[in-house]
Amino acid sequence: MKLAVNIAGVELKNPVMTASGTFGSGRDFEPWIDLNRLGCVVVKGVAATPWAGNPPPRIVETWGGMINSVGLQNPGVEYFIAEDIPWLRQFDTRICVNIVGRTVSEYVAVAERLAGEDVDLLELNISCPNIKEGGVAFGVQAEAAAAVTSAVKKVARQPLIVKLSPNVSDITEIARAVEGAGADGISLINTLLGSRIDIWKRKFILSMKHGGLSGPAIKPIAVRMVWQVAQAVKLPVIGMGGIMTGEDAIEFILAGATAIAVGTASLLNPEATMQVLEGVESYMRETGVEDIADLVGIVK
Amino acid sequence: MVEKRAGRTACKILQNRQIADGIFEIVLQWPKILHRPIAGQFVNLYCSHKGRLLPRPISVCEIDEDKLHLVYAVLGKGTAEFTTFQAGGLIDLLGPFGNGFSLEGKPGRALLVSGGVGTPPMVELAKQLKARGWELDVVCGFRSQSYLVEQLSRYGTVHIATDSGTEGFSGNVIELLDHEALSGDTLFACGPGPMLKGVQTWAKAKGIPAQLSLEERMGCGFGACVGCVTKIITDNESGFIYKKVCKDGPVFPAAEVLFQ
Ligand SMILES: Cc1cc2nc3c(=O)[nH]c(=O)nc-3n(C[C@H](O)[C@H](O)[C@H](O)COP(=O)(O)OP(=O)(O)OC[C@H]3O[C@@H](n4cnc5c(N)ncnc54)[C@H](O)[C@@H]3O)c2cc1C
Ligand SMILES: Cc1cc2nc3c(=O)[nH]c(=O)nc-3n(C[C@H](O)[C@H](O)[C@H](O)COP(=O)(O)O)c2cc1C
Ligand code: FES
Repeated sequence: MKLAVNIAGVELKNPVMTASGTFGSGRDFEPWIDLNRLGCVVVKGVAATPWAGNPPPRIVETWGGMINSVGLQNPGVEYFIAEDIPWLRQFDTRICVNIVGRTVSEYVAVAERLAGEDVDLLELNISCPNIKEGGVAFGVQAEAAAAVTSAVKKVARQPLIVKLSPNVSDITEIARAVEGAGADGISLINTLLGSRIDIWKRKFILSMKHGGLSGPAIKPIAVRMVWQVAQAVKLPVIGMGGIMTGEDAIEFILAGATAIAVGTASLLNPEATMQVLEGVESYMRETGVEDIADLVGIVK
Repeated sequence: MVEKRAGRTACKILQNRQIADGIFEIVLQWPKILHRPIAGQFVNLYCSHKGRLLPRPISVCEIDEDKLHLVYAVLGKGTAEFTTFQAGGLIDLLGPFGNGFSLEGKPGRALLVSGGVGTPPMVELAKQLKARGWELDVVCGFRSQSYLVEQLSRYGTVHIATDSGTEGFSGNVIELLDHEALSGDTLFACGPGPMLKGVQTWAKAKGIPAQLSLEERMGCGFGACVGCVTKIITDNESGFIYKKVCKDGPVFPAAEVLFQ
């Protein structure tokens, strides 16, 4: 049975990745899972300088999901290079760095700093709803998305995945724009903007009022968007949004995802990535599929 | 290499009963595969309802032999669901998590101060301190009805305050501390934010080193989501950094916590 997949020239031993921001750099999961079994670790968003993040409350539960407004708290690229790359390299898995910025030059600075470093893939996060400037604005306008993609592509030494926001009316327009600007792959979906109000206090629960909705509640939207993007571009697609089981992962693969990422599920169960992987394997066994590639995008 | 840990584990419910208005005690069979918790740590409990996915963090109240005692208040839908769980059934649990209280230092006189559902963690703490030779005053504030007083009085002198004045002193725990002129060599506190802020100010004025156990909404409970942060005083531009209540805490030295 062949599980290995290829994303922009980088071979992953299997299609199971972690979704950025739900796995840190992996340390918190080591007590439960063998990181060697992951196709790729996608680390939490890394900025040029340390970011403090938003005030609490940052998390609220919703039916079948959660809304977060963490605001990309991270210790910055220098810390990441010094501490996290050597740590992750103990394991036989791929490293993908999620890059965040408030301006084009901040994104470029991170990619430039990582150019000589031992990481396999870059993921450009132009879709985080949790910062006031930049971030999501790049992800909702085709021209801005193309501009930041091509600026980062110029300095990047690793294949560049662009992560799309679902908070748009036509996701294929953004997908085509970043493909035209030189992206090597596309990942989707990031979180959907959402909100919750405490009816007794008559106030928003999150300090930032709104945040990003994730978890099984968003899965049908994610599957639809992955399918649309896979139809619209030639790039490899990494699918995510509410994947809890191997069967969920297969749904994304059939819709056109070459690889998939497990996000919120890992927060709810630190062994979720392993269970998804085992679920994918047992689906392949049950249905007599020899190569996972034979499933990618076959539902038209 | 870090030590391997068991994942989400279905634990057998031995008892689940109401001990005061809207307050329940649930006793679980503690499986050997899980780490033995220490005072001040918490466990994640999970709902059966498929729409309610996030953990409900609940403090360790008491551990004896192979049983874990937890005491929870019915606050919202998740804790209301827990009240329907029957003895003999199972509840999904992950943990224990958090740093727990630090019990280092030469035994002397300790003050334990709690408000509402900040009281449960005081039971195991009091037990451990007493075993180490500490003398204890336990000061508990409730809205109108006390609970866990019998357990706590095995380990020290219990002082009760109620907002309504129906039991013990009428007022809050800070007023009671002053009213009874209590003091100690160290202080431990758990309760709502405003109470902890009051305790911080009080302990500072008296020069008593204190540890505060904080609460925040949690997405995971084990450090992965960075959702559960609190402001910790730091010598930088903004004067603070955000630390995780689930992993760096829930217990912090009082002098480090920056309240709003
Ligand atoms: C470290 C720690 C220890 C705790 N120990 C205890 C304890 O021993 N006994 C006890 O009764 N309560 C304790 N709590 C509070 C308890 O976790 C909440 O009351 C409970 O999660 C509420 O769940 P719900 O579904 O009833 O409420 P809902 O409001 O329906 O919950 C919705 C979501 O918000 C979260 N949430 C709501 N209020 C709180 C809160 N105050 N703190 C954290 N999360 C919240 C829930 O976990 C859930 O994800 C503790 C909290 C923390 C952080
Ligand atoms: C707590 C949290 C933090 C996140 N942080 C990031 C981030 O730093 N960068 C990013 O590109 N996406 C981030 N995301 C989005 C996820 O990577 C993923 O796209 C989204 O949650 C949908 O997948 P899921 O439903 O499986 O979680 C975050 C999501 C959550 C829940
Ligand atoms: S609850 Fe997820 S980091 Fe603390």
